Amino acid sequence: MKEQLEAIRIQADAELKKAESQQALEELRIKYLGKKGALTAILKQMGKLSAEERPVIGQLANQVRASIENELTQRAAEVKAAEQQRRLEAEKLDVTLPGKHREMGAKHPLSIGLDEIKEIFIGMGFEIVDGPEVETDYYNFEALNIPKNHPARDTQDTFYINDNILLRTQTSPVQVRVMEKQKPPIRIISPGRVYRSDAVDATHSPLFHQIEGLVVDKGITFADLKGTLETFVKRLYGEDSVVRFRPHHFPFTEPSAEVDVQCFNCHGEGCRLCKGEGWIEILGCGMVHPKVLSNCGIDPEVYSGFALGMGLERVVMRRYNIDDLRLFYENDVRFLKQFQG
Amino acid sequence: MNLSMKWLKEFVTLDDMPMRSFTEAMTMSGSKVEGYEVEGSEISNVVVARVESMERHPDSDHLWICQVNTGADENIQIVTGAQNLKPGDVVPAALHNSTLPGGVKIKKGKLRGAESNGMLCSLSELGLTAHDFPSAIEDGIFVLTEEDGCDLTLGKPICEAIGLDDTSVEFEITSNRPDCFSVIGLAREAAATFKKPLNLHIPEVKGGHGSCEGMLDVKIEAPELCPIYSARIVKNVRVKPSPRWMRERLRALGVRPINNIVDITNYVMLEYGQPMHAFDLRFIEEGKIRVRLAKDGETITTLDGVERKLTNKQMVIADSKKPVAIAGVMGGEYSGIMDDTTTIVFESACFDGASVRVTARDQGMRTDASSRYEKGLDPNNCLPALDRACELVELLDAGDVLDGTLKDDHSNRERRRIPLEHDWINRFLDLDLSAGEMKAILAPLDCQFDGDDVLVPTFRPDLEHKADIAEEIARFYGYNNIPSTAISGGAQGKYSPVQKFMSKIDSTMLAQGLSEIMTYSFISPRYYDKINLPAGSELRNSIVISNPLGEDTSIMRTIALPSMMEILAKNYNNRNDSAALYELAKEYIPTTPDELPVEKNTLIGGMYGDGADFFQMKGIVEELLNAISVYGYDVEACCDNPSYHPGRCANLVKDGQVFGVMGEIHPTVAENYGMSCRVYCFSLDADALFELSQPEKTYKPLPKFPAVTRDLALVCDEAIPVGTLEKAIVRGGGALLEKIQLFDVYQGAQIEAGKKSVAFSITLRSADSTLKDEQTLAVMKKIMKELEKEGAVLRS
Repeated sequence: MKEQLEAIRIQADAELKKAESQQALEELRIKYLGKKGALTAILKQMGKLSAEERPVIGQLANQVRASIENELTQRAAEVKAAEQQRRLEAEKLDVTLPGKHREMGAKHPLSIGLDEIKEIFIGMGFEIVDGPEVETDYYNFEALNIPKNHPARDTQDTFYINDNILLRTQTSPVQVRVMEKQKPPIRIISPGRVYRSDAVDATHSPLFHQIEGLVVDKGITFADLKGTLETFVKRLYGEDSVVRFRPHHFPFTEPSAEVDVQCFNCHGEGCRLCKGEGWIEILGCGMVHPKVLSNCGIDPEVYSGFALGMGLERVVMRRYNIDDLRLFYENDVRFLKQFQG
Repeated sequence: MNLSMKWLKEFVTLDDMPMRSFTEAMTMSGSKVEGYEVEGSEISNVVVARVESMERHPDSDHLWICQVNTGADENIQIVTGAQNLKPGDVVPAALHNSTLPGGVKIKKGKLRGAESNGMLCSLSELGLTAHDFPSAIEDGIFVLTEEDGCDLTLGKPICEAIGLDDTSVEFEITSNRPDCFSVIGLAREAAATFKKPLNLHIPEVKGGHGSCEGMLDVKIEAPELCPIYSARIVKNVRVKPSPRWMRERLRALGVRPINNIVDITNYVMLEYGQPMHAFDLRFIEEGKIRVRLAKDGETITTLDGVERKLTNKQMVIADSKKPVAIAGVMGGEYSGIMDDTTTIVFESACFDGASVRVTARDQGMRTDASSRYEKGLDPNNCLPALDRACELVELLDAGDVLDGTLKDDHSNRERRRIPLEHDWINRFLDLDLSAGEMKAILAPLDCQFDGDDVLVPTFRPDLEHKADIAEEIARFYGYNNIPSTAISGGAQGKYSPVQKFMSKIDSTMLAQGLSEIMTYSFISPRYYDKINLPAGSELRNSIVISNPLGEDTSIMRTIALPSMMEILAKNYNNRNDSAALYELAKEYIPTTPDELPVEKNTLIGGMYGDGADFFQMKGIVEELLNAISVYGYDVEACCDNPSYHPGRCANLVKDGQVFGVMGEIHPTVAENYGMSCRVYCFSLDADALFELSQPEKTYKPLPKFPAVTRDLALVCDEAIPVGTLEKAIVRGGGALLEKIQLFDVYQGAQIEAGKKSVAFSITLRSADSTLKDEQTLAVMKKIMKELEKEGAVLRS
């Protein structure tokens, strides 16, 4: 019997080694360890053995069983691993095939630029307000110290609805509306559409976007205006931007300034991009004119403030090297999709 | 405004400052330089030369072979085709390797075999005209003459010899600084900028040819519109070209020289900023000058030959009978200088800026004079300018100036007084200057002081308030020398709830594949026809622009759909095979004529191609409404929206109010836009959406008990909308109903014609127990009862 047991062990071992599937292993388990299996058959003959032989053979039988079980477990793990390996190999994909999309839409480049500007001002404690595009002459001009027949009106060709109502030529009327409603401290920006009767070409559009800014409080100084706008320009164009303030004239601010940033291309040497000036004009600003404060019921002896205005299209055109303003309003999807993400 | 550096240096000593330093400093003190041009900078290696001898070219009937003396030891040979030369003429010779304006390069070569070592130049080849050198002709070689003020030294560079060596600087002058539209005004700015003295010249008129007394009777009848009118008379006028220096300066400032009298008026206007007018005394009836408002219907033929009708709001200079000039704008046809003119009147006057501006605008002619007057000129400038003109007449020997000035003067010559609140200015600018330092800045600007008051010059009407004084201090202290500080006091920046809401709409649209567009807010009234709006539609009542650029941009849209359709059509025409777009657009709804319109925010979406269909679009709209927390709305079929397919259009309704529409664009409308594919659009009232949004969420415990799912297969009339059945299920299901899922709609075999089969999967769940069969059965019975009321039965 001893030999028989030994033979079973050797045979089982050999067959287990050849088994390549979980199913084959299960069949082997039944063949050797099952109720009708080889080992059971041997054990059934135990009764024929002598009292001395029985424990010896019993022990041997248990050893053989344990050995086969052990081998089965080990083999099962190997087979499982091998089977998984085969499956993984069979499931191999060409990962260079295209992905399946639900394509996102693209934000309009003007919105992208505006969002960036809004974020910068919000970070500096500004809120965003809105104002009407169809506006009264009073808010667009008179309250801003531009009476009827003032020569400054010439520079802003205006679309009129009637004598008193027009399409706003600037976002500045929002300044007046805010100051009439809100007591200082005021810290707002107001982006929006403005209208001027310029025929359409690569750099002109009868409709474009401006961003107005207004700060009014006790003790606001020209230095505050400079500091705030320098911070703004550096956040928009990079910390190493060089900024200068140049005297200018706007009827509703005094002193007034234009802000130039040193040409990114030639660093002030003068090139085609900056028309040889070395500087690129980016916004207009100034201390709110005392007459404008008074017009809004704010005492200029107590409060002071500053205002700024900038065109959005030019900022975005420069950012993306867009050379034709018309593209913004033609909305060709091939144009829009370039700004996705 | 252009400025000649030579002219400027007559008033300010600037030494040999590099141009870059000059323009930079002027720009930074507020006189922005747009650019500058060095005259003759394109000309090199062109010299004064004399034609010593000329002979015919043997192989040509028009070429001449000239031996030319350039001051060198040997003459050189140059071939020319010009016919106006004779030996002894002094001419410009462009030598071998020379350059001329327009990038022209001259090299030696051969002309029909004859060697030519350069080129003899005409006026135009040097960028000049006969206005610059009146003795020269335009269609031939430029012959230099002493009469024209040329230096005839042989070999001298041509630019030096003919005075083509000035630098012309272009300034941007802002509308508040009419004084800077003059050489003296800019010289004052330059003197203050570079801290140099301003050397002003007081004109002196010798006269001595008798008095003008009684020759002209000047009277202002509208003194509020003309504070001063002054005139002087010149007899024995000798009209001829002006001298070279005057022609040069006019040219540098972009003014074409004409003759001495006209040139003097222009010269004084440029130097003093005071428009001048010269006219022939013969044409002043009865020797009377009346400055008055025109009579309605009165006419005048102006210098440009146009007959103009005047109104009683327009000011004229008239004689006893007729207007002879439109005040401050343009003279009449007889007011010019003629060949037989002997006695002229120089006029120097001041007119109200607004009045001149309106007159010039209404007459449709803006002139050099009117653009100066309309900004407001200084009445104190009239008399010095008038004397300057007369001084120049004497200097140029252009006539005999009579003694005395004829004038009517109502002007206020007082300087405005502004207290110098130096503490306030220091606080305002964040500076620390003493009153004395401030005065030192203001003095070069011709400010005077009376104690702590600043007396501002009358040519500075823009200085009215202490803030204006602050600006002058800041300009010359240097904007960039003022510190930069952060605003003190904290403030919290944030988006408002509406702004956050709109931004959520944006991000949801983008996430669903729609790209953002921006369209013009103005449209053509014809666009309403294109979207099939009926003739009587309320939406056709739009805000109309009274002076539009064209019909296409003449009214403010009351509906955003045509703007979207335009862009979809443009993409379609550009052969983009699909597009999915949206815009948060404004619609402008008129109120009363005197009030501003309501500016409504609308979300408009549109798409075509790439499998777009009604339900894809509906899915997008539903996802959006879900994302912005708008719940419990109804989708109702709408068959009467003229822009949409009558069978494929739905209104979105909440509490009886329509807040949106979506559908397939009516094929006629698509055709109107030249689109032969199916187009889908939706339009939602964004302001209403904000009101309908219920973003507050409350946690509900997750279910503890299992759900029961039952399928219902129904048969009903094909006309019954699935939505109606769903509502019936909701009514019947009550509190236990958790979810309804439509999983099949079927028509065809086994279903009676005119009927359809609709199958739902219904989920029921109780929050506090496992549902028993009896409970489930009872609910399903109730549901069936409600469904039967709508005409649906269980499919057998």
